[in-house]
Amino acid sequence: MRRTRGPVVTPAALPQAINRLPRRAIRAIFWRAQRRRSPTADVSAPDTGDSTFPPGGIVNDLAKFAVDRAIAAGASYADCRIARRRRESVHVKNSVVDALESSEHLAAGVRVMANGAWGFAATDRLERADLERAAELAVRIAKASATVPGEQAVSLEERRPVKDSWASQFEVNPFEVPLEDKINLLLDADRVLRQQEGIKVSTGTVAFSDEEKDFVSSEGDEIHQHKVESGGMISATAADGTRVQERSYPSSLDGFHAAGGWEIIEGMDLKGGAEVIGPQAVNLLSAPPCPRERTSIIIDSSQMALQIHESCGHPTELDRVFGTEASYAGTSFLTPDKLGSLRYGSSLVNITADATVPGALGTFGWDDEGVPAQRTFLVKEGVFSGYLSSRETAPRVGMSSSGTMRADGANRLPLIRMTNINLEPGDWDLDELIKDTKRGLFLHTTKSWSIDDKRLNFQFATEIAWEIKDGALGAIVRDATYQGITPEFWGSCNAIGNQDSWQMWGLTNCAKGEPVQLMHVGHGSAPARFAGVRVGVLEK
Amino acid sequence: MLGRDHALQLLEEALARSPADQAEVVMMVGDSAVTRFANSMIHQNLAESAARASVRSVFGKRVGSAATNRLEPEQLRAITERSAELARLQTENRDFVSLPRPQPVAAVRAMSVATDASTPEARAAVVAEIVAMAKQEKCQVSGVLSVESNELAVGNSLGIRAYHPSTLALLNVIASDDTASGYGHWMGHDISQLDHKAVAWTAIEKCILGRRPAEIAPGGYEVILEPAAVADLLQFLAWLGFGANAVEEGRSFMCDRFGSRITGEQISIWDNGLDPAGIPLPFDFEGVPKQRVDLIEGGVANAVVYDSYYANKQGKQSTGHALPAPNTYGPMPLNMFLGAGAASRDDMIRSTRRGLLVTRFHYTNVVQPKETVITGMTRDGTFLIEGGKLGHAVRNLRFTQSILGALDGVQLIGKDAALTDRSVAPALKLARFEFTS
Repeated sequence: MRRTRGPVVTPAALPQAINRLPRRAIRAIFWRAQRRRSPTADVSAPDTGDSTFPPGGIVNDLAKFAVDRAIAAGASYADCRIARRRRESVHVKNSVVDALESSEHLAAGVRVMANGAWGFAATDRLERADLERAAELAVRIAKASATVPGEQAVSLEERRPVKDSWASQFEVNPFEVPLEDKINLLLDADRVLRQQEGIKVSTGTVAFSDEEKDFVSSEGDEIHQHKVESGGMISATAADGTRVQERSYPSSLDGFHAAGGWEIIEGMDLKGGAEVIGPQAVNLLSAPPCPRERTSIIIDSSQMALQIHESCGHPTELDRVFGTEASYAGTSFLTPDKLGSLRYGSSLVNITADATVPGALGTFGWDDEGVPAQRTFLVKEGVFSGYLSSRETAPRVGMSSSGTMRADGANRLPLIRMTNINLEPGDWDLDELIKDTKRGLFLHTTKSWSIDDKRLNFQFATEIAWEIKDGALGAIVRDATYQGITPEFWGSCNAIGNQDSWQMWGLTNCAKGEPVQLMHVGHGSAPARFAGVRVGVLEK
Repeated sequence: MLGRDHALQLLEEALARSPADQAEVVMMVGDSAVTRFANSMIHQNLAESAARASVRSVFGKRVGSAATNRLEPEQLRAITERSAELARLQTENRDFVSLPRPQPVAAVRAMSVATDASTPEARAAVVAEIVAMAKQEKCQVSGVLSVESNELAVGNSLGIRAYHPSTLALLNVIASDDTASGYGHWMGHDISQLDHKAVAWTAIEKCILGRRPAEIAPGGYEVILEPAAVADLLQFLAWLGFGANAVEEGRSFMCDRFGSRITGEQISIWDNGLDPAGIPLPFDFEGVPKQRVDLIEGGVANAVVYDSYYANKQGKQSTGHALPAPNTYGPMPLNMFLGAGAASRDDMIRSTRRGLLVTRFHYTNVVQPKETVITGMTRDGTFLIEGGKLGHAVRNLRFTQSILGALDGVQLIGKDAALTDRSVAPALKLARFEFTS
């Protein structure tokens, strides 16, 4: 195929080019985010027709059996999760489908408290004898834990048990869409990427997940939840012998994911995105490097998602605050003495943890301890106000669990994880915000990130940035980096985009724990502006 | 554990049922237990029995994969059929040639009865001793003591039949108090070789010495990187550019540099899955025997690693570095070594006019892939060295530094290589390392 030089995206066209596609395509899926519905309203999900877990069925019995065995073996508390997870992914690279996989995972995990300490055992064999073994092993492990106890025995706050179910919504079951359609959609986008001269590597992915789980506890819970997720992305790498530059759409890392079906993928318009990012990747090769200076920056909503994730989501995990992650990812600077008093950011900054947003990746009915999904302020008008917490940790700061215990599969122990961590929208129209900025940079799409173990000192790089001069977007710059210390950075936030420019993103690669667990989390944000930020870290 | 005979039997049955032109079956079965502690108590303690079986089916140049975590006959049959169905619906991958043919695989001892027999009570007792040591010195401890017993079995319709049982034990200790923290680490296949008190003391001593760290200005410094920090750099080099795919895509630091010096002359880095000093693995996830690959020899870019797909593409031989299919990351070295030298820790300290001793890095990430520029923080034991003497602890710093650039300034290489996180590396004394904040 003869390669034509693709359209060079001119500065004047940029605000539309960067913002039109994601907004038009994805906002349609999230109009429901405006209306917050309670978890119990979503009970009537379309039947997938192949549910392994009918309510009151065999799985429920097995889970109850495991819990009973654990109590009989000496546990004071026990719960059992049994989950079936089905995944499918298609990956295209340089016009070939280089990976195509379908996988199934079925497992049971028994979590117990005995002698005031925790134990957990998981198995992927689901005969009664295996569940019994797991239950007894969990109790044995808990008793071993109790020989190296903390200052106090573990205790859980009181709550009412739940007997209920929840399901996420979707319009088109992604597992029923013909494989051919999935492949063709990716190859179409790939063809457009490769039309751009200078593109050395083009990739595209779509991925789907369907998880059904049962939760039974010795307190009387019986909760059944079912969630279907879809996501994808494309990327283009340009190389000219000396430099390498990459652009991704609609976002980078593992792409954009949501709780929904095939309509999520269609709504992304990967082919339309390819028309924009191919030329951008090539233009970056010859773009000047990000200047080294202190300046105003406007960060696009997808990069804001990662900023929120790293500098607010993680440090508000209460188990991390209490030192439980010290051996892996670190601790937190948001100690309990600062709750309600520390100025985390400017008074414009409101950050919430919200597991009730319909269609978002971090949404559910109840967490993996049976605590209902809820909305909590982590930062309110700039003041540090809340934590992501659990039944064990919340009482230690005089609060009630904010319902954030989540496990990556039934074979993993639940940990405090993010749900959907969102920067609440402000007042600014994005075009007006750019017009209002005399000088600065507009940073777009995550490239890399690093933060210290207390979540204070961070450094981020974005794939692309535009200079802002006298209220207009100018030339692009490459290798844009910015650095800061969390509260100083958020303290310099002087404008936040409005609801129109607000977007909910979904990340699938948040890592925590030993053994490591990957969690699917949501982050909603509009673009936001920060003053006096150090950029261009790489330049001397 | 299945045992060799049962594992190979399951492979045979799955392969026999395959309708495809070619088929491959990979099984990973294992038991693992993790005793995790923080604030000097055991706060997470778990055991898991897990399996994974995946089948890759080939019709001509169409490839599909399906996986399950259950090894019952009906599940293996289901994934064999599913992967064949996916392969039939696939588009052609013009670059796919064939699954690999069998080659003799060396047996490597990586099983330990002691590790396999580890109990929750014994692990708790080890943690109790570590906690007691820390309490004496007024530190808290956190960390993990974990054990695994694994079986890896790979077979394909061209005749590959490979089986490797292994055990792995790991102890990480972080001793900390209000102002300091220190790190100790051990990894190996035989838990009876673990001297947990020595590991704990390494961490505790660094915490004691690290108390009330001083402020220090960012800038370029001489550094001594301990093995854990060096292992981190090696893993990034593996990720960024030691695979044949990265070279083909034009993003590797090895591109167009084969035969040229790309870093310090004293630096040699290789991958060897058979060396018992590491975590040995005799074959890759396609059942191809692992070969030693000398990646950088005397600072010169020498070779990269291959799997069968990239070997066929480039007219080379697979070096046995395939990851589990379907794999979009390309071939990857998993058993890295950096050649040891002759210097002692004291030699390195004595040679330093004004520099930093770095125990390990935290949250390292890539900034510029082709230039091997990474960023991260120091953690768990960062000390100033002045006039050849180890001095006071300093606060943790962020660095932004090209790996190959840093190794180009190597002055001394430690004589004791340590196994950290699957890589075997000595300490290094480098002329300059850039700390940016």
